[in-house]
Amino acid sequence: MSIDKALSGTGGWLDDRFHGAKGIRTFFRKIFPDHWTFMLGEIALYTFVILLLTGTFLALFFKPSMGDVVYHGSYLKLHGVHMSEAYASTLNISFDVRGGLLMRQIHHWAADLFVAAIFAHMIRIFFVGAYRKPREVNWLIGIVLFTLALLEGLFGYSLPDDLLSGAGLRITQGVLQSIPVVGTYLSFFLFGGEYPGTDIIPRMYILHVLLIPGLFLALIGAHLFIMFHQKHTQMPGKGVTNENVIGAPMFPYFMAKTGAFFFFTFAATALASTFAQINPIWLYGPYNPLAISAGSQPDFYMGFLEGSLRMMPAWQWVVFGHTFAFNVFIPALVPLGIVMTGAALWPFIEQWVTGDKREHHVNDRPRNAPTRTALGMAMIAFYGVLWLEGANDVLADHFDVPLYTITEIARVAVFAVPIVAYIVTKRICLGLQRQDVHLLEHGVEMGIIRQLPNGEFIEETRPLDEEELAKIARPEPVALPAGQSAADGEEAVPAPGMRGGLGRVKARLNKIVTESVPMNGHGTNGHGPNGHGEPTEHEPAAISAGSDDSGSERH
Amino acid sequence: MSDSTAGHGPGEHEPGHDLAAGGGETQAAEGAARRRVIGTPSPARSRMLLAETAAGSTAGLPEVREPELPADPQDMDDAKRAERIVAACFVLAMLAGFGFIAAYLIFQVHTVTGTWHSNLALGLTMGLSFGFMGIGATIWVRRVMPHVDQVEMRHPLRSDPEAREAFAETFADGTAASQFVKRPILRRTLIAATVPVAVAPIVLLRDLGPLPGTVLDHTVWRKGMRLLTYGANTPIRPADFSSPGGMITVVPDGFQDDFNALAKAAVIIIKFAPGEVVYTTRSAPADGFTVQNWTVDNIVAYSKICPHVGCPAALYEQTTHHILCPCHQSTFDATRGAKVIFGPATRPLPQLPMTVDAEGFLVAKSDFTEPVGPSFWERGNSS
Repeated sequence: MSIDKALSGTGGWLDDRFHGAKGIRTFFRKIFPDHWTFMLGEIALYTFVILLLTGTFLALFFKPSMGDVVYHGSYLKLHGVHMSEAYASTLNISFDVRGGLLMRQIHHWAADLFVAAIFAHMIRIFFVGAYRKPREVNWLIGIVLFTLALLEGLFGYSLPDDLLSGAGLRITQGVLQSIPVVGTYLSFFLFGGEYPGTDIIPRMYILHVLLIPGLFLALIGAHLFIMFHQKHTQMPGKGVTNENVIGAPMFPYFMAKTGAFFFFTFAATALASTFAQINPIWLYGPYNPLAISAGSQPDFYMGFLEGSLRMMPAWQWVVFGHTFAFNVFIPALVPLGIVMTGAALWPFIEQWVTGDKREHHVNDRPRNAPTRTALGMAMIAFYGVLWLEGANDVLADHFDVPLYTITEIARVAVFAVPIVAYIVTKRICLGLQRQDVHLLEHGVEMGIIRQLPNGEFIEETRPLDEEELAKIARPEPVALPAGQSAADGEEAVPAPGMRGGLGRVKARLNKIVTESVPMNGHGTNGHGPNGHGEPTEHEPAAISAGSDDSGSERH
Repeated sequence: MSDSTAGHGPGEHEPGHDLAAGGGETQAAEGAARRRVIGTPSPARSRMLLAETAAGSTAGLPEVREPELPADPQDMDDAKRAERIVAACFVLAMLAGFGFIAAYLIFQVHTVTGTWHSNLALGLTMGLSFGFMGIGATIWVRRVMPHVDQVEMRHPLRSDPEAREAFAETFADGTAASQFVKRPILRRTLIAATVPVAVAPIVLLRDLGPLPGTVLDHTVWRKGMRLLTYGANTPIRPADFSSPGGMITVVPDGFQDDFNALAKAAVIIIKFAPGEVVYTTRSAPADGFTVQNWTVDNIVAYSKICPHVGCPAALYEQTTHHILCPCHQSTFDATRGAKVIFGPATRPLPQLPMTVDAEGFLVAKSDFTEPVGPSFWERGNSS
């Protein structure tokens, strides 16, 4: 029992000073629910840790300076070439520091994975409705973190001052300069004068290694603390209610699992960096404002901005001697603005439209919120079209399609595809709901055909078990105030919140947002796909887990 | 934390609770706890296990008995097998870890091949080491540790009315005591005092860069300045072009290595066959473009900086005479004043007025007659 003794000795010493026994015990016994999608956020967290570790290593050798040097290092092909100290020191990290290339590549792969994981995590949160009350603030923090991640990535890959990243920086400067009224000033202040100047690398460096990581640490800390304090959401399942959490305790289960996951993440980035070369800056050469290579592509997470710039028609106004460069600042700011603002406002819009101010700790299955899921898919389709257009030259090359044709298709697709995605997704969700209702009413087909005495063939079914029932159960929707004042055959008197233009907008939106296939085969005709009926007839139509309405065995 | 929220579950003594409760925990916000003597254990429970509330809403869940966690795995034989696998994983992880250190010492860099081998060896050993740790730990949790499914109750996040009221009182008392509301002169002067504090950091950023002024309207090109081929830095005679053909990047003499100058002053010149270039004049623009008679011997000079966002418009297709910017595919017709024929650019590439000097070398006639590069607010209608 030496472990016990050592623990009580150290633990006692600490508890004497910090009064931690109760708090730490609570922490240890905290229950974590399990679902594979909960690991997406963990990937983001652990790639951030990897970025801090590898970034610190790189900072020991990197020289954030645009001072001109002549290269005489180990990469012979660039001998005698003028370049910035930043680029030269990146070459040195790659070829003259043992493990330097590996750290650089892990840093880059981890950065790509970081943004991808944040993106996937946000999509997960959105589709299961985990942003709902009481988690709106954490959702907003997440959006800020995502935006910061894009900025941090842009600064990071610009630091080596190679030809490829220089093109990205030039585009960034061109975009900044195009912003009405303040653009020219912003550009001059950021770059310390005209582009490119000699200030931008050291300035981006300090933002990249201190300011933004500091913000990351603070916001990730808040993000995790809030998650911890509010307790994790969980997917619907047997025994899961809005009042409990089912899973395994922090100590030892979650600690061991999440520790293992950290190692998996690190192993994945290390192996990617071993076998998949990323950002070979020595092949691009040092930055030079006169040169560029065809097929220049930014890191994947900047692709949607690139595509947006590429598809924009050449619109510009000149009014009273001032230039409105719509061709630049609209594509640079509007798509990101739509996605981010839309995402930030959505929880509050949804609350207002549905009137649902309850706490939600059990996630929705995406099919059970058809409109939300459809909106999410529309947003992803919008992003996807922009992203593909960002690689239009690569697509044209690989698929032998005329370049301009792709851009012209994209100009239409950026509006059409999200609409199609919305409609198709909503149909699929409603179809899946119908399937659930079918399962509920008819049970699961067993694949056994029986002949009845009268000669009739039937297929045997079994009722859903508890787990399956719990899965397809839906929480009761909230009825808007107007729902209570509608009477058959008479004109409904709108409730106070539903009067006037805004109230009618709310009622109409409510009808769209809450559209679902009724679960018990009755009620909710107001939400029917045909949209007939009063928007005020909101009858709670859902069942909850273990309700009496299990399917009959056979028909 | 949520543990101080009242209004849930009957208080039953938890094992280990006494250990901590003695230390002056004061949960004043709790309605029930307000009347209790400070220093006695709180009736509030930090959590409840299912077994203790099995009659309640959590019916049907697997029972969890005390002690909180089972000491042994349910399937001892499987755990025994898994134990060996986990140990093997950890041994492999250790070996790979030592392999990493060995690889660091064995594989030297300073050459491309050496770096390649070093990267392979270091990355592989590192990846394997972390990978085996992860695999081992996962199997440990899943097969060696007993399987548990526990229930923790959530508490409403909203504090109970008493606590909210008490907070409101405390806040009101504090506000009153601070005199902040009662004495507007204090309040207003304090707010006034913070205004410069808020503005000062922005003012402090003023020296980040010079004001733009009109520098974006001009480049370094001057009358008589020679066009040098980029890289070789040699002046060019029209006769050097034996035949019409490709595009050459040229730089202003004296600014070959000045990136700030070149970011605006880079120029491309193209030699055409007679009759290929369509001329108009500024006074009579046809078809929305202008080519001044600034050419020499069918050689035309355009800015290389794309008027969209400033990438070098570096791709030239000889058969169609199209100049393409590889960043966003703005396409310019070189025979027609570099007029935009596709893409997001709103203006043609500006043309550099050009002539030959006494020695027959190509020189600029003047600076560009309009700002080059991306649009900016103050640019105005100068194209």
